[in-house]
Amino acid sequence: MLKRYPTLRYILSKAGWYFLTFIAAVIINFFLPRMGASNPVDIIMAKVGAGLDTQAAIEKEESYLKEFGLVEVDKDGNIIRDESGKPVQASSFKQFIRYVTMSLQGDFGTSFLNYPKKVSEIILGAIPWTIALQLPTIVLGWIIGNVLGALAAYRRGIFDKFFFPLALLGNAMPFFAFGMLLVWLFAIQMHLFPAIGGYAGDLIPSFSWTFISSAIYHFILPFLSIFLLSAGGQAIGMRSMCIYELGTDYIKYAKWLGVKEHKIIFYMFRNAMLPQLTGLALSLGGMVGGALITEMIFSYPGLGMSVLTAIQGNDYPLIQGCTLLVTICVLIANFSVDIAIGFLDPRVRAGQGAK
Amino acid sequence: MKILKNLLKTPFFIFGVVLLVGTLSFAYILPLFYHVDIKTCVGAPYMPPSAEHWLGTDHMGVDMLSLLISGLQSSLYVGLLAGIIATITGTFLGLYAGFRGGWQDNTINMVTNLFIVIPQLVLLILISSSMKEGRSLTLIAVIIGLTTWTWTTRAVRAQAASIKSRDHISLAKVNGASTITILFKHILMYLMSYVFMVFIMQTASGILSESAISMIGLGPFDTVSLGTILNQAQRNEALTDGAWWAFLPAVVLIAAIAFALYVINQSMEGVFNPRLRK
Repeated sequence: MLKRYPTLRYILSKAGWYFLTFIAAVIINFFLPRMGASNPVDIIMAKVGAGLDTQAAIEKEESYLKEFGLVEVDKDGNIIRDESGKPVQASSFKQFIRYVTMSLQGDFGTSFLNYPKKVSEIILGAIPWTIALQLPTIVLGWIIGNVLGALAAYRRGIFDKFFFPLALLGNAMPFFAFGMLLVWLFAIQMHLFPAIGGYAGDLIPSFSWTFISSAIYHFILPFLSIFLLSAGGQAIGMRSMCIYELGTDYIKYAKWLGVKEHKIIFYMFRNAMLPQLTGLALSLGGMVGGALITEMIFSYPGLGMSVLTAIQGNDYPLIQGCTLLVTICVLIANFSVDIAIGFLDPRVRAGQGAK
Repeated sequence: MKILKNLLKTPFFIFGVVLLVGTLSFAYILPLFYHVDIKTCVGAPYMPPSAEHWLGTDHMGVDMLSLLISGLQSSLYVGLLAGIIATITGTFLGLYAGFRGGWQDNTINMVTNLFIVIPQLVLLILISSSMKEGRSLTLIAVIIGLTTWTWTTRAVRAQAASIKSRDHISLAKVNGASTITILFKHILMYLMSYVFMVFIMQTASGILSESAISMIGLGPFDTVSLGTILNQAQRNEALTDGAWWAFLPAVVLIAAIAFALYVINQSMEGVFNPRLRK
């Protein structure tokens, strides 16, 4: 039936595929931290247990065990005990089911570090910052990088001799190292921009002009540090794609025909663009990862900062919540790009249908 | 040999090799002339460079140049080991999938596609944070290697699949050569230059991954690496104190080694792929 609708077929197969990846990501996200880590309750008890007498400590521990779903609970919410009165530990499979159902409801559990604050609360506060920083930066870097890469391939000359090695050097530098350089140069040495934070420390987030201008002021350095490097990285890929396109017959033929230069550039650009679109999808994960560390350098109040504090404080629920969310975002972005490619490139759909 | 000649004629390649040799001698030749000691505090915290301590001291008063030398050695070790693991795993899986086809190909493809979209940093964070104790340099290299093989697999698979239908492979099959023989003798040989370039890139990305994972505080506990130096500098406010010697040299070293490898890779690509030549 679907044979007659190649586009729909393409979208459905992609959707199914990404769903499978999503399941795998959830499984990895749940089981990896539990491979070596000790019982999270031990960690939290070390924090709160001091100063409690044993009976109170035990009660406290059991209430935590219950809250983190580590013990078997009967219908009334009482902890099931074995003969010696010890709580029965829940199997990892049961814990996993519980984790999945809770995550589906948007509940990522309770943070250890900021107990009793919910992980989803912390993430909700952080995510607008991350999106505001990374979405425009990565998209803009991608566009500018591609234009520069095409120019380098077509014009050669200064673009190739100067910008290309520069882009390669940028590519060799981690996002955060470049961020550190910028902070040191422009914030510490020259006092041009603020070194850390997403807005001035004495302000409270609001929709007032003072706050927004302060946020923009704080935005510039982290923006530059991600933008310049990702533009460079994309330019390198686009350059070699365009050089490849320039060697093909249709370009040579167009040149012989005397087609106008900007038209040839347009043809070349359009054809070299498709693989770059796939490239954007595939490198999103890397870019998001790199940009997360940039947030740490700038103490930008986004997800990267949450991950950092979570890692430093062994806050497993927060780590897991953040990593799961980042994975989901990257998967969604990849999926959208894949669908866009399906619409832009008829060959992709045809290839799917012919199989 | 002709390839080597062509390479030596490329100034870009020479530049990359010189830079690489320079960084390597920083790690392995400089210690012959400079007393490396990363254990004892020899001065006050964040002492600026002096004749005695060429790059000053870190936040504990440990000699910075010693830390850098030993950190570069660790980073090179991690990069190399991660590069070897990723290249071998990726090449082997890619060769097998491309040559075999059928369900083996589909399965390997599925796993590859799966791990290619899950952000590598997420995997690194999850694995490293679960291994709280005994996170050695080798373990980190293994983790990085096992999370970056996917690109290699995908690329090698495509190459192997295109070589598969060539005449000499059919001839080898008719002669009764085993799968292993065909894979290594008749396909891998054709891809050797490609695999070598992949290895260079994997090593560079291994060094960068190590610095990233150490930067967020999930680095090795037992040794110094360029990433842990940066992490310490960031944590102990080297930036705001203006102690540039605590992070700038480390940044330069990371960039230099990765840049050298990228340049070498890029110029090799130019020689192996004539289309890229002007």
